[in-house]
Amino acid sequence: MSKIYDLIILGAGPAGITAAVYAARKKLDFLLITLDIGGQAALSGYIKNYTGYQFISGPELALKFQEHMNSFAIEIKMPERVKEIKQENNLIKTITEKETYGSKTLIVATGKRSRELNVEGEKEFKNKGVTYCATCDGPIFKEKNVAIIGGGNSGLDAALQMMKISPKVYLINATAQLTGDEVMIEKVKEADNVEIWNNSQVKKIYGNVFVRGIEIDKEGKLYNFNVEGIFVEIGLIPSSEFANCLKQNQWKEILIDCYNKTSIEGIFAAGDVTNVPEKQIIIACGEGSKSCLSAFKYLSTRKF
Amino acid sequence: MEIKIYSTPTCPYCKMAKEYLSSKGIAYQDLDISANNVDKEEMLKVSGQMGVPVIVINSEVIVGFDRARIDSLIGK
Repeated sequence: MSKIYDLIILGAGPAGITAAVYAARKKLDFLLITLDIGGQAALSGYIKNYTGYQFISGPELALKFQEHMNSFAIEIKMPERVKEIKQENNLIKTITEKETYGSKTLIVATGKRSRELNVEGEKEFKNKGVTYCATCDGPIFKEKNVAIIGGGNSGLDAALQMMKISPKVYLINATAQLTGDEVMIEKVKEADNVEIWNNSQVKKIYGNVFVRGIEIDKEGKLYNFNVEGIFVEIGLIPSSEFANCLKQNQWKEILIDCYNKTSIEGIFAAGDVTNVPEKQIIIACGEGSKSCLSAFKYLSTRKF
Repeated sequence: MEIKIYSTPTCPYCKMAKEYLSSKGIAYQDLDISANNVDKEEMLKVSGQMGVPVIVINSEVIVGFDRARIDSLIGK
């Protein structure tokens, strides 16, 4: 670690990219560290509530964000995973799997990611039948039996998509009833090829090279289904495990005030990784902008 | 340079990868694996996995839209 940046931004979803655009316009000496560009926004199907666009797809909006950011010369480390952040002598250290970086301020905008099941076979068969993006991988399992894990809106969405192309869809739901929108629940219940398994937990996923089946536990009894695709749709978790030094709420979201300040001076956070009410692309953008303006004020009122 | 992209019509990162290559003026062969089982089997064979996109550049296999690896293989 030789150089000390004014600012380091972690994450390049809507919040991180907006913070980067503001930082570039403020001519801060900054670095962006991220795993990907666009974050969850890039995986959204259709967006109809981002002002200025009556209708735009997630990948298209993410590309627009990226083009805007690329109009500035920005130093980006990608893909690079952050392991830890900490404050030391008025400076902030960001430790990644590759290097340690130093900065005067930090914006955490790492967003949320798919929650995993944490069962036997899940890691082994990831992308070998186990998928977390039904939109992306659904068509691969045409004419194959599949299981969808999760009875909320994203699980139902996956079921609605797969019931048109799969002979049999098992919808595995941990609670007593499906919890998504009524309209979707009705459509799924009406389908002949969807079996709904409430009060059921996944025990393990098995196969040889690719997934061959799944074992579930329903009220103490074990059942096995032959499936080749397993869609995990059990919600999102904040990517905040490297930021344990910051105060977080019970859902591991980083606590911020209305200036995007965290519990440590000089560290700000923005977007879905925080406790900001409502997780929306347009809100994440606004939060990213606020966090950068707060970091800029902090820099200009302090001696380093 | 021979470039193949194994994709599905709904996959956002496939779209991003294709637009990225087009923006660089690079031609590629787009293989929709949801429409064609032969292409799907070929993708499973070369990548050993089922996630899309799979991008093959001069027989090097990239799983996912990994811009850094694409750049290094197309010699940006």
